[in-house]
Amino acid sequence: MTATWLDRRRSRIDDLAGGRSLGSEALRRLRREPAAIAGAVIIGLFVVVAAFAPLIAPHDAAQPFPELQENLRPGSIPGPQPGFPLGSDQLGRDFLSRMILASQQTLLVGVLATLIGLAVGVVIGTVAGALGGWVDTVLMRVTDVLLAIPSLLLAISVAALAANPSQTTVIIAVAIVGVPIFARLLRGSMLAQRSSDHVLAATALGVRRPAIVMRHMLPNAIGPVIVQATLTLATAILDAAALSFLGLGDADPGRAEWGLMLAQAQAYLEVRPALAFYPAIAIIVVALGFTLLGESLREALDPKGRR
Amino acid sequence: MTAAHSAAAPLTETGALLSVRDLRVVFQRRGEPPTVAVDGVSFDVAPGQVVGLVGESGCGKSVTSMAVMRLLPDRGVRVGGSVVMDGVDLLTLSDDEMRRRRGRDLSMVFQDPLTSLNPVIPIGLQVTEVLRRHRGMNKEAARKAAAELLERVGIPDPRRRLDSYPHQLSGGMRQRALIAIALACRPRLLIADEPTTALDVTIQAQILELLKELVRETGAALIMITHDLGVVAGLCETVNVLYGGRIVERAQRHRLFTTPRHPYTHGLLRSIPRLDAPPGEELPAIRGSVVDNLPWADNCAFAPRCPRAVERCVGVSPEEETTGGRLLRCHNPVPASAD
Repeated sequence: MTATWLDRRRSRIDDLAGGRSLGSEALRRLRREPAAIAGAVIIGLFVVVAAFAPLIAPHDAAQPFPELQENLRPGSIPGPQPGFPLGSDQLGRDFLSRMILASQQTLLVGVLATLIGLAVGVVIGTVAGALGGWVDTVLMRVTDVLLAIPSLLLAISVAALAANPSQTTVIIAVAIVGVPIFARLLRGSMLAQRSSDHVLAATALGVRRPAIVMRHMLPNAIGPVIVQATLTLATAILDAAALSFLGLGDADPGRAEWGLMLAQAQAYLEVRPALAFYPAIAIIVVALGFTLLGESLREALDPKGRR
Repeated sequence: MTAAHSAAAPLTETGALLSVRDLRVVFQRRGEPPTVAVDGVSFDVAPGQVVGLVGESGCGKSVTSMAVMRLLPDRGVRVGGSVVMDGVDLLTLSDDEMRRRRGRDLSMVFQDPLTSLNPVIPIGLQVTEVLRRHRGMNKEAARKAAAELLERVGIPDPRRRLDSYPHQLSGGMRQRALIAIALACRPRLLIADEPTTALDVTIQAQILELLKELVRETGAALIMITHDLGVVAGLCETVNVLYGGRIVERAQRHRLFTTPRHPYTHGLLRSIPRLDAPPGEELPAIRGSVVDNLPWADNCAFAPRCPRAVERCVGVSPEEETTGGRLLRCHNPVPASAD
């Protein structure tokens, strides 16, 4: 018994000796966290559904079906029936297929908007934090202004600037909302890095400025920003849905998108509340998934939580 | 305690690797009176020599080393005087030229080995980074050299340790790794700023022994910054005692320890617990702390705490006087025959 225990300890020591990066350490801890697993399962399902939406959807989402249309009357929209598990939408199209196809839009808008916001925010934050001085001051005052505007209001203002509302304007509007958050967060941790001992030590070894910024400051500062990105994905999805709900999204009424479906369902709330219920639940669950994963990621990456 | 004092005369400019002359560092904050951290410090370091800068917290020893490395921030700090290495005043170099010299010609080991290593990249990368930067090695050559370096500083299983992260090493191992990084490009001058303060006593001795060996082996000169007279006794040939930003006494180690002349040095040495002291005898201490000092301008900064203070100590600033290889800044030094 002692021998096996000793062997286990030894193999563990061997594991550790090879080195374990912050990333793999965080992953190890994530796997033990129920909230993280729940979040990952939700996101996993969502991504799979979105990726294979055309294959999973039982019917063509854009086509009205005669058998649904003929039962479509003012004050009555056909409910679930054989072949159409969620029934019809207000135009006689298969509601389930539209729900499934809409996940693509949501994923695309959410991920793209977050990535664009992240990229721009990281550049601004890095430049401000690494250079300091007046560059920092100017950049941070601009982000202050953006942060002062409530995020949805900002997204609406940006989206409303576009002559033709489209999916691109939604993505850009939601991305712009994310930029100041990422920039400010990264700038703060870059500043902390700038006065850290290991950056001083690297300077004392003659390491070049760009190498110090990219290799010694950025990787140490990026953690909170990555966490923020997963949390921002949730709000991005909500904001994008809100924009299309308000009619600032894609003008094509045939396009399946949860926010747009929610907006269109308004007129039929009394007739068939399910038309509003399912898109709303879908938005909430996906946003919840990203939030759960983001929060667990934040805890897993927190160095204080490391043994 | 060998005949270190009979070795080279360190106070001449000829043959010096590094000549610090009248170094002055003033911290200037808006709305506050300027703080003089280093006030006209001059010393020489000969090639391969081990020089100690000793003093209590706030005496300016670390600021001196940072000024030599040009690591002080640009804003709010004024650095005066000259720091000449290879006939070039480091203080007048461009940032780029200075960056090329750091790590290659002169290098530094810091106090806290955990925070001085980048926590997110493996040790190996931090060693190879310097080698590739200054010696233009390619990846494989640098990795091989890095493993040899780690082995040389006594890190077991160096090939595997290249992939270890700083938090996976013990304090002593980390400091060994830092020393390996600092000496990677064989600089001719190494500044060690309290390299053993964050370590426990047995490791301290090992690290000091290692530094001693490496300095001897590579022929590098070493500036040892410490508040620990034990470290000085075991390592340094010449010792500079700093107080309030000025050197108050400088002598060969042996002479400084046997016949301290400045009351401050004298007090420091007397306050070390001795095994042969009679039981029950109170340990002598220097009264007060460094904060209640007087500015050097018209006084001796040590006067308020000095048991030998005379009238002149307040009102007349003592000048440096060099007699027989010993520098002294005192109006009323301890008689040479004392103790």
